[in-house]
Amino acid sequence: MEQAFFTLQEFMTHTKSVVYLLMAAALIGLPLFWLFLTGRDEKKRTF
Amino acid sequence: MQQISASLKNAAKTSVWTPFNIVAGIIIAVGLVLTVIRFTGGLGAVTNLDHHTPWGLWIGFDLLCGVALAAGGYMTSAACYIFGLKRFHAAVRPAILTAFLGYALVVLALHYDVGRPWRLPYPIFYSQGTSSLLFEVALCVFLYLTVLFVEFTPAALEWLGLKRARNLVVRLVLVLTIFGVILSTLHQSSLGALYLIAPSKLHPLWYSSYLALFFFVSSMFAGLSMVIFESTLSHRFLHHKMDEHHLEQSHGVAISFARAASFIMMGYLFMQMIGLAADNDWHHLTTGWGAWYLLEMIGFVALPAFFFALGSRERNLRLIRWTALWAVLGIVFNRLNVSLVAFNWQLPADQRYFPSWMEVGITLFIVTLGVVAYRFIATRMPILYEHPDYREQQEE
Repeated sequence: MEQAFFTLQEFMTHTKSVVYLLMAAALIGLPLFWLFLTGRDEKKRTF
Repeated sequence: MQQISASLKNAAKTSVWTPFNIVAGIIIAVGLVLTVIRFTGGLGAVTNLDHHTPWGLWIGFDLLCGVALAAGGYMTSAACYIFGLKRFHAAVRPAILTAFLGYALVVLALHYDVGRPWRLPYPIFYSQGTSSLLFEVALCVFLYLTVLFVEFTPAALEWLGLKRARNLVVRLVLVLTIFGVILSTLHQSSLGALYLIAPSKLHPLWYSSYLALFFFVSSMFAGLSMVIFESTLSHRFLHHKMDEHHLEQSHGVAISFARAASFIMMGYLFMQMIGLAADNDWHHLTTGWGAWYLLEMIGFVALPAFFFALGSRERNLRLIRWTALWAVLGIVFNRLNVSLVAFNWQLPADQRYFPSWMEVGITLFIVTLGVVAYRFIATRMPILYEHPDYREQQEE
């Protein structure tokens, strides 16, 4: 599972890519989780 | 004053020999003997600390867990006074009291742990090491303990009948809350940052350049869980001290806090994954240490987060209360992993630190002091109910 990196550039490119993918997952996942959390709440009447 | 004499009369009527008092009495008696041994024989007489592990159970549990679990004070008061969520008002005083006792006992525990406890005021008054994280932690804990004491005093002043002093302190609440949040942000994170100095000693799965962030974010859900857990214990043992206002609000507090804790825990999980990705530590997950780390992340963060979410969705208080205990244990697990279990992980087993029974005894002694002090205060002062003289003021 451990990859060999020969330069710092390679290491940073790889780790940053994974971090960006995780950030995207968090940006989608956390609002969905919030919807799950508040799914049973009574909706506020706005009229 | 009438209230004090009435409570003293009530205390005189009830028997002292209750199971709680007997167990607490034995622990305190043993603790006092161990205290004498510690302060006459030195650290070596009671601890298994050595040059490899100079910070043991008293730092890992009493300090790191004590500070994290006392975070309910700043979380609750910030929600109520800064964000204006007055429906959490009933939870503020118990949370502040828990935080105040938590920090007071952290300072007491430090007296046992440092070699020359009489020098504890040195970093503040005598020699400021302004480039040291420990100085920042010392200053914050010193200031925040003072803030918590002042935030706690209205309850004591109401009990003593000192109206003018009480009204003066109540006017400071917003300023104190803001100050408390700033100080907590600083030192909760700095406690994690302390371990940044030991990258070769702490296992890579727990070591991360984001350690400060992990400690701060985890303190948020630790504090929320602790408020729910402490409220559960109060409902079980001090139910007769709660007024209608407190009972009305307590269900809403538990459900809202569970929801908040669940969301923060999920955010914390993502942060942990980002920490792993940034250092490319994934390959450690397939080792024994990886299994231990996954137990912490899945068993004590992801699952409690899910059950908090389920509990708040279904409005299932029983589930929320059990999950709060689970999350509190998870925080203890995390702090002990960082400070003891994954620390010096590369040393052979016979050179690893394991606390002596006397260290465990002192820790139990300090926790028991906290429980006894909480019970003493909550049964006498207006913590779980509103003082009749100020009820209208507090409803505003």
